[in-house]
Amino acid sequence: MRAKGRSLQRAFVTPEGVDLRLTLAAAGTRAGAFLLDGLLMLVILVGATVAFVYLAVERTGELLTILWLVGFFLLRNFWFVLFEMGSRGATPGKRVMGIRVVARDGARLTGAAVVARNAMREIEVFLPLSFLGARAAEGAADSFLTLFSFGWAAIFLFFPLFNRDRLRVGDLVAGTWVVQLAKAPLAFDLVGSGHTHRRTFPEEALRAYGIYELQMLEQVLRNEEPAALSTVAHTIRGKFNMVDDRDDYGFLADFYATLCSRLEHSMLLGRRRESKHDSS
Amino acid sequence: MNASATGIGPSVNATRFRAEHAADWERLGALVARMEKGSLRSLGDDDLLDLPRLYRTTLSSLSLARDTSLDRALVAYLEQLCTRAYFQVYGVQSSATRQLAEFFTGGWPRAVRDLWRETLFCAALIAGAAVAAFLLIRSDPTWFYSVIPPGLAGGRDPSASAEMLRGTLYERGEGGLMVFATFLFTHNSQIAIFAFALGFAFAIPTVLLIMYNGLMLGALFAVFAARGLGYNLTGWLMIHGTTELLAIAIAGAAGIRIGLAIAFPGELSRMDSAVRAGRIAATAMLGTVLMLLAAGLLEGVGRQTITDDVLRMLIGGAMLAGWIVYFYLWPAFHGRNAR
Repeated sequence: MRAKGRSLQRAFVTPEGVDLRLTLAAAGTRAGAFLLDGLLMLVILVGATVAFVYLAVERTGELLTILWLVGFFLLRNFWFVLFEMGSRGATPGKRVMGIRVVARDGARLTGAAVVARNAMREIEVFLPLSFLGARAAEGAADSFLTLFSFGWAAIFLFFPLFNRDRLRVGDLVAGTWVVQLAKAPLAFDLVGSGHTHRRTFPEEALRAYGIYELQMLEQVLRNEEPAALSTVAHTIRGKFNMVDDRDDYGFLADFYATLCSRLEHSMLLGRRRESKHDSS
Repeated sequence: MNASATGIGPSVNATRFRAEHAADWERLGALVARMEKGSLRSLGDDDLLDLPRLYRTTLSSLSLARDTSLDRALVAYLEQLCTRAYFQVYGVQSSATRQLAEFFTGGWPRAVRDLWRETLFCAALIAGAAVAAFLLIRSDPTWFYSVIPPGLAGGRDPSASAEMLRGTLYERGEGGLMVFATFLFTHNSQIAIFAFALGFAFAIPTVLLIMYNGLMLGALFAVFAARGLGYNLTGWLMIHGTTELLAIAIAGAAGIRIGLAIAFPGELSRMDSAVRAGRIAATAMLGTVLMLLAAGLLEGVGRQTITDDVLRMLIGGAMLAGWIVYFYLWPAFHGRNAR
């Protein structure tokens, strides 16, 4: 397949023995999801506080204070936990970014793992925040402390960038990682069962290309950009001296069907030609 | 299947695949989309029965398509469908009630029992620190001020009179008890979670945090004992203290377990070791939040309404006995039965 190296694709074998090839969420996506969640939490906190202050009367004040204290505690510690324990394994922020939390070993994502990965946020985010907050309130946030808080936060904030699997400290301890979830409809069939075949191609044209070129051609056909279609069609026609019948799409669709059928056939016989440079 | 209109056109595997299985894929896609939106309950019996079959069909379509088809869009579609279906089939939690039941009957006591060495260490640490602070302050009362900040002491320092100290032990709450209890619960739980998270720094901050709790305990005792109120203070502390200190010890133990697992992974890789420790520790830590809820109620409400020393001690003792049976004796008994 493609070069692994720095790519974010990871093998993920199901109990049935099929590799699903998951794509890990990029650092930026995760930062975006976290910011969204943080923003949502802040909006809820501020909204609830304002509402409570308005509602507070002599008799209900105590109850509201209790509700606020418990609510704040739950919001701070269980916002992430409760959402990630649901069937989508994602907080609202993650859902918007199309990512979810998954156990690294492919097993069920347990409650313990979700709790572990999110309790670690306490030292990743809330500690430096509350450090600064408390000192700023006292008016004593000296430059050393600010620097220290920044340094501390930076270590944990950028932790995912320092390891191959984009693991946060919480992910490391919980045995989880965050993956990208694509959602795509089934694209139309390029060849189709009712396809009428009109053109034939010289043997040398079919022998010139491999799987990589075929799939590039597939992309061009699916995008249906006239400029790209005509460029590719002209190149192929020019190379093998074929007549221009002014139907670039039809020409390429036919060429794709013939080449694909041929490559699949030889693949069945054990000859897999990756690209045009592959001489086998 | 091979219904090329003219009969001479080439056919590709993607076309044959689609003709054969597209209906199954699309049905699975619809089911998965529904499960992602709502819960399992939104599916009928037929759907639930079909789900594993559809999932396996699609999964085998994927591995076949990878080997025999060069249609990249088809493979990409099957990959995302299989991944989404996988997480709905395997990755979904069991029901909330089942999980709660598992937590209370198995997970929580098992995790706490697993941490018994670290818990014992933390308890010893608290006790040791308390004794040290006690002796230190008895020999030189000025030490008190370096242990407990004046704001927290609230006048309960070595210069306070016996009357004043006695007053703090038996004052009845005026109201706002529940608010006080809630504040104690959330504040202490936050510290427990904190102790757990700090374990990641090789447990050193956790140990310091635990020790500081012991120091405060010893300092308080030194002040009250000097005025002959040691016995009364014991009742005042015990009613909630047995639960609270045990919870703090377990939270500390959870942090220490993580720190040790990372520092000394033993035969496992550092990663595996951290993960195993992390899950046990997280379960125990979640439990301490519940313990601290109980402790908060006992301290905020129970202590303010019950002012009898013996009753306070009885309640505290009963709580401790209850926790010990629940954590250490009951699972052992349970485990033997299961075997």
